[in-house]
Amino acid sequence: MPDLAQLLAAEVPLSWYLILSVILFVIGAAGFLIRRNIITVFMCIELMLNAVNLSFIAFSHKLKMVDGHIYSFFVMVVAAAEAAVGLAIILTVFKNRETLEIDEVSSLKL
Amino acid sequence: MSVSSIPSAQEIVRFAPEIALSLGGTFVMLGEAGLKNGSRARLAVMAFLTLLAAAVLAVFVAADPGTAFSNLLVVDGFSTFFRVLVCAAGMLVVLISTNYLRVEGHDSGEYYALILFSVAGQCLMAASNELIMLFIGLECSSIASYVLAGYLRDDRRNNEAALKYFLLGSFASAFFLYGVAWLWGALGTTNLSEVRRLLLDPSAGVDATMTAAAAALLLVGLAFKVSAAPFQMWAPDVYQGAPAPVAAFLSVGPKAAAFAMFLRILMTAFVPARGQWEPVLWTVALATMVIGNFAALHQTNVKRLLAYSSIAHAGYILVALTAMSDTGAAAAMFYLAAYTFMNIGAFAVVTYVAGRGERHVELMDFSGLSRRSPAMAAVLSIFLLSLTGVPLTAGFFGKFYIFKAALDADLVWLAVLGLLNSAVAAYYYLRIIVMMYMHEPSAGAGALPSPGVGIRWALAASVAGTFVLGVAPSLVLDFATASAPLLR
Repeated sequence: MPDLAQLLAAEVPLSWYLILSVILFVIGAAGFLIRRNIITVFMCIELMLNAVNLSFIAFSHKLKMVDGHIYSFFVMVVAAAEAAVGLAIILTVFKNRETLEIDEVSSLKL
Repeated sequence: MSVSSIPSAQEIVRFAPEIALSLGGTFVMLGEAGLKNGSRARLAVMAFLTLLAAAVLAVFVAADPGTAFSNLLVVDGFSTFFRVLVCAAGMLVVLISTNYLRVEGHDSGEYYALILFSVAGQCLMAASNELIMLFIGLECSSIASYVLAGYLRDDRRNNEAALKYFLLGSFASAFFLYGVAWLWGALGTTNLSEVRRLLLDPSAGVDATMTAAAAALLLVGLAFKVSAAPFQMWAPDVYQGAPAPVAAFLSVGPKAAAFAMFLRILMTAFVPARGQWEPVLWTVALATMVIGNFAALHQTNVKRLLAYSSIAHAGYILVALTAMSDTGAAAAMFYLAAYTFMNIGAFAVVTYVAGRGERHVELMDFSGLSRRSPAMAAVLSIFLLSLTGVPLTAGFFGKFYIFKAALDADLVWLAVLGLLNSAVAAYYYLRIIVMMYMHEPSAGAGALPSPGVGIRWALAASVAGTFVLGVAPSLVLDFATASAPLLR
């Protein structure tokens, strides 16, 4: 019985991974623009970064280069740092306004 | 690409400014924990000295130009110019901040540590020759800036500025990163010089569609970071909501570094594809100038007005980028140097007039400033005249070189529309000067306290910079002209 990894590599073309990555990225970007809850908006950004990681790994397989794996680690580290700062900012907003609706955080003139 | 596992001493020396800034930031944070409340002023001094040391190191390592860490970093005239520029911006901001933080009752070390980390990221952006490295630098700079924008964490305006800056900044970073991923997939390299070589080589079999898509994604990310239209909407809210010294920092440091990154990506990697970039950049530059200037016309909040003005200035710099020539790159570098002094200076005066809790940031609060504080009114006028582009000030030569570069590149219409735009800009800058000199102080406006030592030095340095660049522009321009061709 063939290994699942080998089977995936043989049967699934690169374009499928890329299409999935584009779909993920577009869902993330659309969600960022449409959703009104700050936490959901933040999660949409994480979704976009995951789309980036998926394409890095897929290209890495196509190009037979290990660089993409390393880049995706960099992306994860940066995403973690961003999450730490971002959640702290969201916490201070919630503490001062007791709301997580993005439309209610608009005291500055538009 | 040959990879040696242990970096040589020479490579580490080329990375010295970033090392100094990171170590300095760490020590400032440790000092915050170790020192007693009364000796916090020492931390500001320490941060200032670290920035000075980094700038000196940047000049020192420029004596031995070359690449480091398997071509990830490159030390050349261009990176030296921007390393020194962002360190200088950091020093000016530290000077403005000392008194502000004391007045607001938030005098603490982490503020200075964050500035140092942010400047370290900006130095890295200036010196990277590789897209992933650029991204790491960008994030170092941005993540520290997100925190700075919300520094007074009990202030609702600060919260909002930090939230908007964080959400839109990370959104832009994701676009940039997706562009990097696709470019890497299409070309198999993220090194900018390699990208250029592959784009020039017809036998390399480059997938044009994928490269174009990647370039578009990169452009979206960069446009966000330099606050270019149509991605400029975060800037007014962030500059208005953030503490005034931080707004000064955000409008100069991260912006100069983002333009350094933009120039390097454009001039090193994508010059072979200039035919596709030019119409896009042309449109973005014009839209940025028009939106910035016309939105600034009817602002009543001075911080918000300066935010729109900084969008307009990003538009002028984009005119220089549209030229995609060595003179254009040199003009952009000169403009960023001039802009650093005049914009930080203007924000320094706003910081001073705003007072505790930043209650006096409306245009009305500046009426009759010449009676209340003649010196402040005079220096603010100098900065505003320079931002307008009046001769004898840095802003005049900045605009002159940019429009000259545009004309050299046959962008006649863009230059003409740019000049018309700077005429529009004169209206809102001069309106503030008229308010200060022709109007009576509003009732209840008391005498202003005498300015702190830091602000005085920052203003003196900014005025000096504005005049030196306006009287003897060749000091900086010659260096910029000599280092622009090195981007190839």
